[in-house]
Amino acid sequence: MANTIHVDVVSAEESIFSGEAEFVVLPGEAGELGIYPRHTPLITRIRPGSVRIKVAGQDAEELIFVNGGVLEVQPNVVTVLADTAIRGHDLDQAKAEAAHQRAAEALHNRGATMEYAKAAAELAEAAAQLAAIRKLRQRK
Amino acid sequence: MPGSKEIRTKIKSVQNTRKITKAMEMVAASKMRKAQDRMRKTRPYGEKIRNVAAHLSHANPEYQHPFLVTRDSVKRLGVIVVTTDKGLCGGLNTNVLRLALGKMKEWEAEGEEFEVCCIGNKGLGFMQRLRANIVSHVTALGDTPRIERLIGAMKIMLDGYVADRFDRLAIFYTRFINTMKQEPVMEQLLPLSGERLGAPEGSWDYLYEPDAKAVLDQVLTRYIEVLIYQAVAENLASEQSARMVAMKAASDNAGSVIDELTLIYNKSRQAAITKELSEIVGGAAAV
Repeated sequence: MANTIHVDVVSAEESIFSGEAEFVVLPGEAGELGIYPRHTPLITRIRPGSVRIKVAGQDAEELIFVNGGVLEVQPNVVTVLADTAIRGHDLDQAKAEAAHQRAAEALHNRGATMEYAKAAAELAEAAAQLAAIRKLRQRK
Repeated sequence: MPGSKEIRTKIKSVQNTRKITKAMEMVAASKMRKAQDRMRKTRPYGEKIRNVAAHLSHANPEYQHPFLVTRDSVKRLGVIVVTTDKGLCGGLNTNVLRLALGKMKEWEAEGEEFEVCCIGNKGLGFMQRLRANIVSHVTALGDTPRIERLIGAMKIMLDGYVADRFDRLAIFYTRFINTMKQEPVMEQLLPLSGERLGAPEGSWDYLYEPDAKAVLDQVLTRYIEVLIYQAVAENLASEQSARMVAMKAASDNAGSVIDELTLIYNKSRQAAITKELSEIVGGAAAV
C-alpha cells in the first residue's frame, strides 16, 4: 500500500497497537495533531487523551486512550510512546513524597523489625537446642 | 517392630512436603511464562525511547542534560536494589545481595557514601539489618509490576541525582538469561553514558514541540524509568524460574528421601517377620 503509514503505539508495559494506517489523530501538547503519510519528522509530547487511528482497509477507526507520552513521527513511521499512568509534575511529586514518607516510617519502626529478626533468630536457636536434646534422649 | 511407626510418620510428612513443593513448582512454572512475556513486552518501548533519546542528544549537543554529564568526583552514590518479595527461590536474592554487599564495602572503603532504594521485601530487610541509609522502598509489587507503583521511589532517586545528592546511580538486579540460569548484575543508570544511548538510527531533522529541551527532559526521564522497570520485570521472570527450579529440586529430593525411607521401613518389617518366624519355629522345636 502506497499511501499508508506504519503506526506503533507502545507503553513500557505492553505493545498496544501496531499496524498500517491511513491517518492518525493525536492530542499533541500544542493542540490536536492529524498525521497523514509523509508527514514531516516531528517529536512532541502528547497530553492524556484518545489516539484515533484510521486503520488501512478498515472502515472503523481504532480508538486508544493514552495517558500522555511522546510522539515521534518519521517519514514512514509514527511511534507513540505512551505513559502507563497519568503523569504530571504535581502527581509525581506527591508520589515521591509518599514514598519518602514510607521510607521514613520504616526507619522509625526499625526497632520493631529488628526485634522481630532477633526474636526469630532466638526462636530458631531454641528449636535447634530442643531437637538436639530430643536426639540425645533417644540415644539413651 | 521398633521404630516402624516413626518411619511411617516420617514418610507421610515427607510426602506432604513433596505435594506442596510440587504444587509450588507448577504455580511458578505458569507464572514464569507470564513473567517472561511481560519482560519481553517492555523491550519495544525501551528500544524506541532509547532511539529517540539518542537522536535528541545527538541533535542538541549544546544542551547538556544533567543525566548525561559525568561528574568529576564521585563522593556519594545512589543504589537501587531489586529483589523479590518472597523467598523459596533458591539463591536468587542471596546472590544479588552478596554482589551488592561486596560493591558497597568497596565503595565504603573508598570513602563513598550511599543512599539505597529497595525494590522488594528481601532486599529491604537485608538493608535494614545492614543499617544502610534507605531513602525509599517499594514492596509487594505482586506478579504484575506496574510502573505507577515505582514512580515515587524512582523520582526520589532521579531528583537526588539532579539535586547533587549523589553523583552516580547504580542498580542491582538479577538478569534473566534462561530458565536454568540467572545472573546477578550491577548496571550504572546515571550518568547515562554515550555508548549506552548509542547512535540514532537514521537522521531526520525533527520539528520539536514545544522545544527540544522539554522533550529531551521527558524522554530521558522515561528512558531511565523504563530501564528500572525492565530490571524489575526481568527480576520477576528470574524469580519465577529460580523458584520453579528450586521447587523441582526440592520435589526430587523429597522423592529420594521417600524411597530411602520406604526401603528402611520394608527392611525393618522383613526383619521383624523373620524374627517372629524363627521364634515360632524355635518354640515349636522346643516342644
